[in-house]
Amino acid sequence: MSRAQAQPGGASNEAAPPTFSTIGRRMRKVDGQAKASGRARYADDIQLPGMLHGKILRSPHPHAKIVSIDASAAERMDGVHAVTTGRDMPAPYGIIPWTPDEHALCVDRVRYVGDGVAAVAAVDEETANAALELVEVEYEELPAYFTPQEAIAAESGPFIHEPRKPGRNGNVTKIVHLEFGDAGAGLDKSAVVVEGDYFFEGTTHTPIEPHCAIGMAERDGRLTVWSATQVPHYLHRELARVLELDPAMVRVIQPPVGGAFGGKSEPFDLEFCVAKLAMKTGRPVKILYTREEVFYAHRGRHPFHMRYRTGADAEGMLTAVDAEIVLDGGAYASFGLVTTYYSGQLLTAPYRMPAYRFHSTRAYTNKPACGPKRGHGSVQPRFAFEVQLDRLAERLDIDPIELRRRNFIGADTRTVNDLRITSNGFLECLEAVESASGWREKHRKLPFGRGVGVAGSTYISGTNYPVYPNDMPQSGVQLQVDRSGRVAVFSGASEIGQGADSMVAYVVAEELGVPLEHVRVLAGDTDFTPVDLGAYSSRVTLMLGNACIDAAGRIKRKVREAVAEAWEAEPDEIVLAGGRATRSGDAGASMSMRDAFNLAEAKFGTLGATGSYDTPKDVHGSYRGATIGASPAYSFSAHVAEVSVDPETGFVDVRKIWIAHDCGRALNPVLVEGQMEGSAYMGFGEALMEEHVVKTAEQGRAGLHHAPSLLDYRIPTSLDTPALESLIVESVDPEGPYGAKEAGEGPLHPSIPAIANAIHDAVGVRMNALPFSPPRVWAALQERADLSGAEATNGSGETAGTVHQERSA
Amino acid sequence: MEVVRLVVNGDARVCGVPAHYTLLETLRYGLGLTGSKQGCDKGDCGACTVILDGRATLSCLTPVLEAEGRDVRTVEGLANGTEPHPLQDEFDLHGAAQCGFCTPGILCSAAALLERDPRPSREDIREALAGNLCRCTGYEKIYDAVEAAAARCRA
Repeated sequence: MSRAQAQPGGASNEAAPPTFSTIGRRMRKVDGQAKASGRARYADDIQLPGMLHGKILRSPHPHAKIVSIDASAAERMDGVHAVTTGRDMPAPYGIIPWTPDEHALCVDRVRYVGDGVAAVAAVDEETANAALELVEVEYEELPAYFTPQEAIAAESGPFIHEPRKPGRNGNVTKIVHLEFGDAGAGLDKSAVVVEGDYFFEGTTHTPIEPHCAIGMAERDGRLTVWSATQVPHYLHRELARVLELDPAMVRVIQPPVGGAFGGKSEPFDLEFCVAKLAMKTGRPVKILYTREEVFYAHRGRHPFHMRYRTGADAEGMLTAVDAEIVLDGGAYASFGLVTTYYSGQLLTAPYRMPAYRFHSTRAYTNKPACGPKRGHGSVQPRFAFEVQLDRLAERLDIDPIELRRRNFIGADTRTVNDLRITSNGFLECLEAVESASGWREKHRKLPFGRGVGVAGSTYISGTNYPVYPNDMPQSGVQLQVDRSGRVAVFSGASEIGQGADSMVAYVVAEELGVPLEHVRVLAGDTDFTPVDLGAYSSRVTLMLGNACIDAAGRIKRKVREAVAEAWEAEPDEIVLAGGRATRSGDAGASMSMRDAFNLAEAKFGTLGATGSYDTPKDVHGSYRGATIGASPAYSFSAHVAEVSVDPETGFVDVRKIWIAHDCGRALNPVLVEGQMEGSAYMGFGEALMEEHVVKTAEQGRAGLHHAPSLLDYRIPTSLDTPALESLIVESVDPEGPYGAKEAGEGPLHPSIPAIANAIHDAVGVRMNALPFSPPRVWAALQERADLSGAEATNGSGETAGTVHQERSA
Repeated sequence: MEVVRLVVNGDARVCGVPAHYTLLETLRYGLGLTGSKQGCDKGDCGACTVILDGRATLSCLTPVLEAEGRDVRTVEGLANGTEPHPLQDEFDLHGAAQCGFCTPGILCSAAALLERDPRPSREDIREALAGNLCRCTGYEKIYDAVEAAAARCRA
């Protein structure tokens, strides 16, 4: 690990570095021992007295009307306590308030193989499975759409969803068409324009913990749902809405979550079903998805079909960018409205773009619905765009790192689409990977079959506008101080492995000067913790960290005042650090924080405070859609990947990825590195191995998942994963707690294009479609060999045919 | 129902479970040892890995009757009394557990490795963990932790 402090020009805060007692140290996590000992209790580890097991019956058809459901035989079966269907929960819902297009269980139509139609609760799993066999569902099959192009071309119904306005195509979820500057004119005056078609295959999160939920209904009308969710607050809202309950009678508890990555960031059918079945039976009901169900339910990364035109002048300065994107949304809207905006909005840094146009269309298809996966909506265009930049560099004979440096947008600036950039350590990221990877000795210098590639990116640290419109804070926290010196933190944020609970403890320990082990974090229980909107959009550290500083500040003021009074000093002379209250300049004045808290409690009464954070609301552009992509602060990343490619087999071996990431300030570098390495690993898997696809009629039953297991959907094992080296860059952002920005999603983006660009450096072919599997790479090499045999290469080492392949892929 | 006798983490246990139960189901639902996890239930993910007679074993693919009378160690039995296993401590120090769901299985695979090879190379560690999927870390922190624990075990 090495860390670079951003230099002037790249960073915005140049004050003398403050000294911290907790922040910035390499620390354990607050839940590390529970997780290493097997004591951490995840959702499926919870057993309640009298608990029943639930199972969900799923559609065998990709698109069909439900004519009738007869569950009477299942209801009569021994050991079965209840059956529920969509008619019990008819209220539609959707994570985005403008697109409520799904039901807890399907009411009159199924839209993909795996759509839930009924659920049973029985004494055990075997009985529940047997009962599902007795539920008779009569379907009337409808024509199904498996590609967004077919769905968009449909001229008449039945569409996958009813059009929101008569005469429209109900297969289209969302169209976004935005232009900033004159992209056409920009391209016309460019010295070079590169044009390319790209395809990003769908992928899925595959947390190792399958989704799991437990419902429990009390006789007084209270409902409790435990769930492996990353958004307890949104689940709380939707449970109340769909089950038609008073939200004050609904409690959501989020136990430790065994990985999420965006795959648990909206309500799922099992959460409504356990609640409904618990309400029907009076007994607790648990549903644990099978691994196969996770593959159908998951809301993975959208497949994107992308066409880019990128112009530059002779010096390599960007002139204009034009993008046409088609998003394959699957059966429901999910977060798709946002995804469609993100597909264009998040591309406008770290490079200055004088003109930019994007036209994105999201279509429904009869496949599992797509939603957010780590780097929501922006990983796909980033892949295409960073390959485009590599091609520009090649055409202009400029080093690809130098080209990126020249186009650096800078700190304290605005993007072409009016996003406000504060700190920006991108140049330091480029420098870090250039130096650590030995770039200058390697790029275009390694023997045939070996190569290096670079890519950069940016990402949001949360969004300035919440998922549902409201004027309340985005994140809240409550502190309570005991006479023992222990500080309790009630945090609404979701610990999903990223270290949210630890971050809270680090900040509170720093602010109040107490030892880390005196801070206890109680999180993720809507009955006891203030609202935080959830672990998504890389929002937690910046927002909840600021909320913690706010809450701790209120207590700190009282403590300093009480201690100052005892010492006949001024409050601002009192320092709380290292477990003690001291008076600056007076070595004799020192007391434990416990004594200091007791003085404060005696003076002010029981010590506690709430704190909150809300985002800047006045910093975005004035066009429609300008709020989407607006974030308090942006992270920046640059990666270099080194590969060897076997030209005989097309096998790509990624030897190493150097990951540089500007996280503002690393509150605990161990956790930041963990996020960087985990991100690069996940991007590597998408680049080379993973494909979330359903079968066509020719491959078997249309709409059936092609690889719904961890064996067949190949996520990288330890043997597949390249060496990963983290290079932390700290730009110290004015918006973040102690300057911190996000680290959990940004560092995924560059790994994919860096690998694509390295493959080109190694063997001279452009991989424009994911994944870069041996057959694809081999075919591209063959095509290039055929071309060079027939009419010599086109000079750029590019194979026009590769582009054609993507169009038909 | 079958009555099975197992030695789990040094304790002789007797447990009545359906005959078709796997070792994992018996541990989790029969004995309340929920440290071992179910991630796929078909031997793909390794989250259920336990140490059976000294060997890292997928408990979701082991019928419980096959474990009858044998020595089973789970994540709950790695510590030596109040002292955590050096692997457990080093995982905590290195941030090798993020979500922590694969961690019990990885700890068992790594503990079995260190018992048969006190000086594993990084390559040996990669090999030994090839049956344990981790979706959070990218594995680097896990290797660091296993290397550090190996050094501590030797000391």
